[in-house]
Amino acid sequence: MSENHDHANNPDHHHDHGDHTHPGMDTEELGWHARRVQAMETLLAEKGLLTVAEVQRNVDAVESRSPADGARVVARAWSDPQFKARLLAEPEAALAGMGYQLPDPTPKLDVVENTAAVHHLVVCTLCSCYPRALLGRPPDWYKSFAYRSRAVSDPRGVLQEFGTEIPADAEVVVLDSTADLRYLVLPQRPAGAEGLSEDELAALVTRDSMIGVSQPLTPELVAADD
Amino acid sequence: MTAPRPPAFGNGDLVTVRAANPPTHYRTPAYVQGKTGRVVALCGVYPDPESLAHGGDGHPHKPLYRVEFPQTALWDNYPGPPGDRLQVDIYEHWLEPAA
Amino acid sequence: MTDTPKVHDMGGHPNASPIDHSEHTLMDWERRIDSIRGVLGDKGYITVDELRRAIEGLPPERYQSLGYYQRWAEAVEALLIEKGLLTAAELDATMTRLESAAGGAR
Repeated sequence: MSENHDHANNPDHHHDHGDHTHPGMDTEELGWHARRVQAMETLLAEKGLLTVAEVQRNVDAVESRSPADGARVVARAWSDPQFKARLLAEPEAALAGMGYQLPDPTPKLDVVENTAAVHHLVVCTLCSCYPRALLGRPPDWYKSFAYRSRAVSDPRGVLQEFGTEIPADAEVVVLDSTADLRYLVLPQRPAGAEGLSEDELAALVTRDSMIGVSQPLTPELVAADD
Repeated sequence: MTAPRPPAFGNGDLVTVRAANPPTHYRTPAYVQGKTGRVVALCGVYPDPESLAHGGDGHPHKPLYRVEFPQTALWDNYPGPPGDRLQVDIYEHWLEPAA
Repeated sequence: MTDTPKVHDMGGHPNASPIDHSEHTLMDWERRIDSIRGVLGDKGYITVDELRRAIEGLPPERYQSLGYYQRWAEAVEALLIEKGLLTAAELDATMTRLESAAGGAR
């Protein structure tokens, strides 16, 4: 352990490691934080403030959700108009019906529908608020300074970086999700998806399409991959 | 603990976001401060994050509104069509009736 | 707005960097600090808003140079110390103890 990290001699514990051009990529720093977190968990357990098993259960719970869960919900909405109406009006009740329990009491989840006329895009400019209860952890780019800065001021430019072109006669609506609500985008069902089963539809629903930075896959694209 | 007041704003109301940068924690992005938008939804009434962030109990709870702005009202050189919009959730005490 | 926005308040900041689409698999300690915070939250020790306040309270250059969960780790530590639940010296000692235990096992 380097002297730089001696907190006992550095009570305000602001280390100075100079510029880090790649946040999180400084191996010395990473190693230090890894050891620090391990020590924190050990110490908290020794003090009886938590148990290692509780932390593990929390890890398991977080990892039990992934974009596949959101995709199931979207596929259901694409194939069942009544479910879709309910999902948009009462997302918690609709999701409970599929076995998804949202955090109680907060954060709430709201679902916004993309259409040919309106395209929604979700960001959290202040931190990284994300519908984890349905999609799991956010991707790294969602937490990046570049995305958080530009998604609000140049959403169409950001969309282009994801290969997504929204026609000028459609409206782009950015949702800056910074408070007690999280947003799930219900993407537009792609053309040619009529008659597909819910499982086949779910295979078209990408994580990024539920954040609103891209469109779902098309049946032709998926067929070409097989 | 005081009972929360009924929400002050309704859908369609024009509101201006207060401009302030208190040293405490708050959830109102700088880029909408001083800007005028329209309430499009009352999202519920929630514990005050500014209280929770500093060890408080979140009371009094605050109504939270989804406020919509035309993008052209937020950025001088917005590089998109005039119909583009932005929605952000703002707690009531950061909003004033638009002049 | 006469003040400079706080470092975490990024909406609309000039940022010419292209969005990096690469993703890394979370390391174990990143999962652990996320869940340590979650458990401490469930038990009423640390609210999400306190975590945010502590992250925002990092010096701006530190905020910008650290990785996402590095910010969490430092913020959770600062809150635990602030609340008197542990001290930096205790953490230092635990780190040293775990390191010598690991060293001895080699």
